[in-house]
Parts: sequence; structure tokens; C-alpha cells
Amino acid sequence: MKHIKKYIFPLTFLAFIGISYIWHFATGEQIGINFWLFFKEMILFLPLMFILIGLFDVWVPREKIEMHIGAESGWKGTGLVILLATLQAGPLYGAFPFTYILWKKGCSIKNIFIYLGAFSTLKIPMMTFEIGFLGLKFSLLRTLISMPVFILIGYLMEWYLKDKHFEVNLP
Amino acid sequence: MFLNLLPALLLMLALISIVLFLIPDKLLIKYMGEGSGLKGWLIAASLGSVALIPGFIAYPLCGILIKSGVAYTTIAVFITTLMMVGILTLPIEAKFFGWKISIIRNLLSFFGALFIGFLMMVFL
Repeated sequence: MKHIKKYIFPLTFLAFIGISYIWHFATGEQIGINFWLFFKEMILFLPLMFILIGLFDVWVPREKIEMHIGAESGWKGTGLVILLATLQAGPLYGAFPFTYILWKKGCSIKNIFIYLGAFSTLKIPMMTFEIGFLGLKFSLLRTLISMPVFILIGYLMEWYLKDKHFEVNLP
Repeated sequence: MFLNLLPALLLMLALISIVLFLIPDKLLIKYMGEGSGLKGWLIAASLGSVALIPGFIAYPLCGILIKSGVAYTTIAVFITTLMMVGILTLPIEAKFFGWKISIIRNLLSFFGALFIGFLMMVFL
């Protein structure tokens, strides 16, 4: 019963979409198209992310992570985290599970939030899109300006959290 | 893990599809085209925080917005919040970091986006 309860809203939503299609209710049909678009994105990226997390967990030893992107890693560590994030693709919510594994392996607080910043604003696979639609000058400038801003956010988060009990949970 | 997240993910996707229906492109042009100053940025940042659009749709959309006369600085603010701030993804983020940290991260990113808009204005 508990399980069914959790799915009440999604099921109601899907029923609404289904009925809209039967009765050709335009609003519902459009929302249905949107939903399908986002659902496809989730189904495409999330399993990849989980595989990546699994491999990372098994293959990368904690000492390596602590040494390269842990609390004592300095600028090189930050650079590495940014590089790691820019090579990945997908929506921001796909990055949250990955931060769990980074945290578990001893990545510093600062670098966890820098990873989230880089993951959301600088993605190499997305750069081609940005340059294509908004131009090279805009894209380069936005990238160069965003970087110090999310690095600063990483430092602020660490400064705020350093004396607190920070942990990333796995739902 | 995936199954534990699934109800929250489906809820989020359903809400996004409704929000995207309620904010059509024309409305975006109307609100963001009003000015490139702080007011335009605040509107762009708010819209970007609520919406969550994958990059391969967001960039073409921004291309349309630019052609319709929206300022480049406003677009920079919109893109940044679109990607870094997620009000609809907050319940999911909170499952990993807790509510307090998630809200702080989103707030910092919101103001960070405005700051990026300001710096873009200085350099463009």
C-alpha cells in the first residue's frame, strides 16, 4: 500500500495524459509530448550515470580520490573535478548520485560543489550547441565568466559547511 | 536506489511538462525582452530557476530569443539559472544533501547567475 501511495500523483498524471489522447484534448496532448521528451532524456542518461557510478565505485580506490581531489588537493584537484564534469552529459539531477560516490571516496566539500557547478554550466558535448546557436564569442565569454563564479560558490559552501557534519545521502 | 528515486523523478518530470506548457516561447520573449537591466535579469533568472530544459532544446530556444531581441546578458542569466538552479528538482536534491544545503546551493547559484549577467555586460 505504501508503494502505491508514492505513485498516486504520477499515475493520476499518466491517466490524465491518456484520457487527453483519447478525447483529443489539446492541452493534455501538448503536456504529454513534453513529458515524453523529458522522460526519454531521463531514461537515456540516468542508467549511464548509474553504470558510471558503479564502475567508479569498484575501480577507483579511495586513496586515489583523496589524494587527487580530496581536502589537500589544491588547484590541481579543482582542475581535475572540472575536467571530469565537463566530459559528462545529461541533466543536473543526474549529477547528484555521482556526488554521493565522490563524497564517499573522500572528495573535498569544495570540489563536490565545484563539480556540480561545472556539470551544470560547462559541458563539452553541449558547447557545440551553444556555439552554433549563440556564437563563439558569447559561448567562450560565458564559460570563462562562469568558471570563477562556481568555483567561488564551491569555496563558500566549504566555508559554510567545514565545521558542520556534511554528508551526501543515498536515497 | 533508482526505484527509490523513481516516484520523485516522475513527479518532477510531470511538473516540468506542465510548467513548460504554461510558459510558451512567446511569453518568454515578452517578459525577457523588456530590458537587459536588473529587471530583465531578475525575470530571466526566475524563469530559468523554475524551468528545466535539456541543453539540446535550451540552446535553440535561446537562439530564437536572441533573434527576437532579448539581450545577450539576459540570455546568459537565463541559461545559467536554467542549468544551475532547479526549484522543481529541489525535492530530489534534498534527498542527497538535505533541504538546508540544497536551498543554500540554489540561492548561491541564483545570485551567481545574476553576477554572471553583470560580468557579461562589462565584457560584451
